[in-house]
Amino acid sequence: MIDLTVIWAGIIGFAIVAYVVMDGFDLGIGILFPRFAVGAERDVAINSVAPVWDGNETWLVLGGGGLMAAFPLAYAIVLPALYAPLIAMLLGLILRGVAFEFRWRDPAHRPVWDLAFTVGSTVATFAQGVTLGALLQGITVEGRAYAGGWWEWLSPFSVLTGIGLIVGYALLGAGWLIWKTEGPLQDKAYHYAQRLGIALLVVIALVSLATLDLEAQYHRRWLAYPGVLATAQVPLATLIVSVLFFRSLKRRQHAMPFVYVLGLFGLCIVGLGVSIWPDVIPARLTIWDGAAPYRSQLFMLVGAVVMVPIILAYTGWAYWVFRGKVDTEGYHS
Amino acid sequence: MSPWDQELALLLARIQFAFTISFHFLFPAFSIGLASYLAVLEGLWLATGKAVYANLFRYWVKIFAIVFGMGVVSGVVMSYQFGTNWSVFSDKAGPIVGPLMAYEVLTAFFLEAGFLGVMLFGLNKVGKTLHFAATCAVALGTLISAFWILSANSWMQTPSGYEIATNGQFVPGPSWIAIIFNPSFPYRLVHTTIAAFLTTAFAVGGVGAWHLLRDRDNPGARTMFSMAMWMAAIVAPIQVIAGDLHGLNTLEHQPAKVMAMEGHYQSHPKGAPLILFGVPNSAEKRVDLAVEIPKGSSLILKHDANAPLAGLDTVPDADEPPVGIVFWAFRIMVGLGVLMAGLGLWSLIARWRRRLYDWPMLHRAAVLMGPAGFIAVIAGWVVTEVGRQPFTVYGLLRTAHSVSPLAAPAVAASLTAFVVTYFAVFGVGIWYLLRLMNRAPDAHEAGLDGKPIRTAGITPAMAVMEGEAS
Repeated sequence: MIDLTVIWAGIIGFAIVAYVVMDGFDLGIGILFPRFAVGAERDVAINSVAPVWDGNETWLVLGGGGLMAAFPLAYAIVLPALYAPLIAMLLGLILRGVAFEFRWRDPAHRPVWDLAFTVGSTVATFAQGVTLGALLQGITVEGRAYAGGWWEWLSPFSVLTGIGLIVGYALLGAGWLIWKTEGPLQDKAYHYAQRLGIALLVVIALVSLATLDLEAQYHRRWLAYPGVLATAQVPLATLIVSVLFFRSLKRRQHAMPFVYVLGLFGLCIVGLGVSIWPDVIPARLTIWDGAAPYRSQLFMLVGAVVMVPIILAYTGWAYWVFRGKVDTEGYHS
Repeated sequence: MSPWDQELALLLARIQFAFTISFHFLFPAFSIGLASYLAVLEGLWLATGKAVYANLFRYWVKIFAIVFGMGVVSGVVMSYQFGTNWSVFSDKAGPIVGPLMAYEVLTAFFLEAGFLGVMLFGLNKVGKTLHFAATCAVALGTLISAFWILSANSWMQTPSGYEIATNGQFVPGPSWIAIIFNPSFPYRLVHTTIAAFLTTAFAVGGVGAWHLLRDRDNPGARTMFSMAMWMAAIVAPIQVIAGDLHGLNTLEHQPAKVMAMEGHYQSHPKGAPLILFGVPNSAEKRVDLAVEIPKGSSLILKHDANAPLAGLDTVPDADEPPVGIVFWAFRIMVGLGVLMAGLGLWSLIARWRRRLYDWPMLHRAAVLMGPAGFIAVIAGWVVTEVGRQPFTVYGLLRTAHSVSPLAAPAVAASLTAFVVTYFAVFGVGIWYLLRLMNRAPDAHEAGLDGKPIRTAGITPAMAVMEGEAS
């Protein structure tokens, strides 16, 4: 019999990955925003994501809503545990989201909304990174509830993952801008992509090494023989993709840098999978412990099987409509 | 945590939920109606080729973009707040409420978000027909969204089709139809969707009237005012009937809520009075200074003047909703509903006397009634949500037993952050909306991309100017 719990873990994992890569470049542009010249550069940068950011953010709602539906116990334990970073993320996303419209509506106060765009994007990204770190380092669970304090999430490790995600999203944003723009803005994006690429590799290395010491489970999964023969392929592949990434920057390729950054994110996610699968709360709760009853899973699966391909189709169409390089003649101006 | 700390944390969590959802609700209440209005305008433009419809579309789409954006960002907060602040509820009701909300995301949010970009920015890229399809998709998305979220809300009000598992969770029974179409859902769906349409109608009517007061010849102002007043005249009376039916359904399934709405502390074995006004006094369990119509309540609720009606004396104190809030919110909602129907009637008289566009008193009244829908919607929400207290899942799970194990300072901090951010961000957003509404609709209204939609009415000279501008 097919295990619906595994399928649902896959669907929610897919939603989270879709969110990270798609809203990742939106947020990354927000993080890099102060580096762009006021006027045409900023307008082009924001126009490159204006028609798609809302759809991208919807994957976050699917991830959260899907978690509640398919793994209600995990949702009920994790969200209170990560209270402060999640509230900060939501507030950051509010600032970021409204800035898209408000900066066009009020040219006199555009600098204020540009700042809100950057602050909102950065806070939301940092909070998401902290969330990841806090989950990896482990949360206190008693019975069916979170039992720690409201600052338990804060640690050097979670701050490191927070900063790491800022670097990662900024690199995604730079990759997106290389692909979608040209001229001076693209030149800047190449420049930052180079630096951010180096920074991201450093962060990946630090986070990977620190993770090994967090839980015995992670250490064993990665380093025990003979599993290490398989897991060692992940850092190896990361190295290869990095080389390809820097080479694509050097050759001034347009689409490939973004693709390689996606590759790096993909490998990080594979790495996370090695550490935590099949837990829904790392080292605390497996997906089967936290799963909703079969009838809930089945009912939703019908919806997901029908709707997700349709969603991907029209999302793809929306991207296709706005394909090609973006210019100042964009959408609002 | 001390009991006092727990009590405070619960109160703060409730305030935070009420605050964030009230703010959020303002935006979908507007965007549900506005999306459909935009689809109608674009459809009329495609069918008739009249420039006034294209202009009105461009006028309102700028407002829609802001309203929708604020709705999205305040809505994401709601989808996480169930977990952050109501984790025990999420654990217990997640297997039922979760899938309903997941369906909302899958069938509505993606549809809206996916086609919004094309609707706002894509006309010159995809052509008129596909653009109209995108507008319709967004409008449809808002309605599907209302369907699922109201189903989830209704299930919490009138739970059905569930079983209780050994771990304490509410789990689905054999039929999801019984869960989705729970007893109060059809009534709540109709009543709330009509409310959203009326909210938009009165907002549009108010804006149209505002501009008619300045220039009664503005064609855009005339058209929007006329369309809005048709909605008011036809839909407001329908809403009165829908509201009445919803009330009868509530009487059947949540009698304590109706008792609070009516201010019936005591049972009336031989016909209950309809209290028009009064001051509920929960300490003494009576309504002070009551102005009442004898036997009126029995007549409305039971269609029999002498029918007995039970009062809150039949409900244990621990299961009673707060009477004052429900009583007042209900009167605000009903009062505004009557005024809306009244304005609709007035507009019919004005039409008949051919004074729809030159009756300043009517226009002033319409401006005054512009925000009426928003106030009525929030009041109605307060009636239904406060009226089902002290439960989150009616009769089964208490609000006090639904809350997350969070310390009061954590919730106090987040509540403060929400209040500051919402008032600052959405306050400014509403100010931008009012500023856009204050600008009269132009004969060559610019779209979101700064260019007028290419209509048959645009002269070659205009096209040249456009070319120079871009």
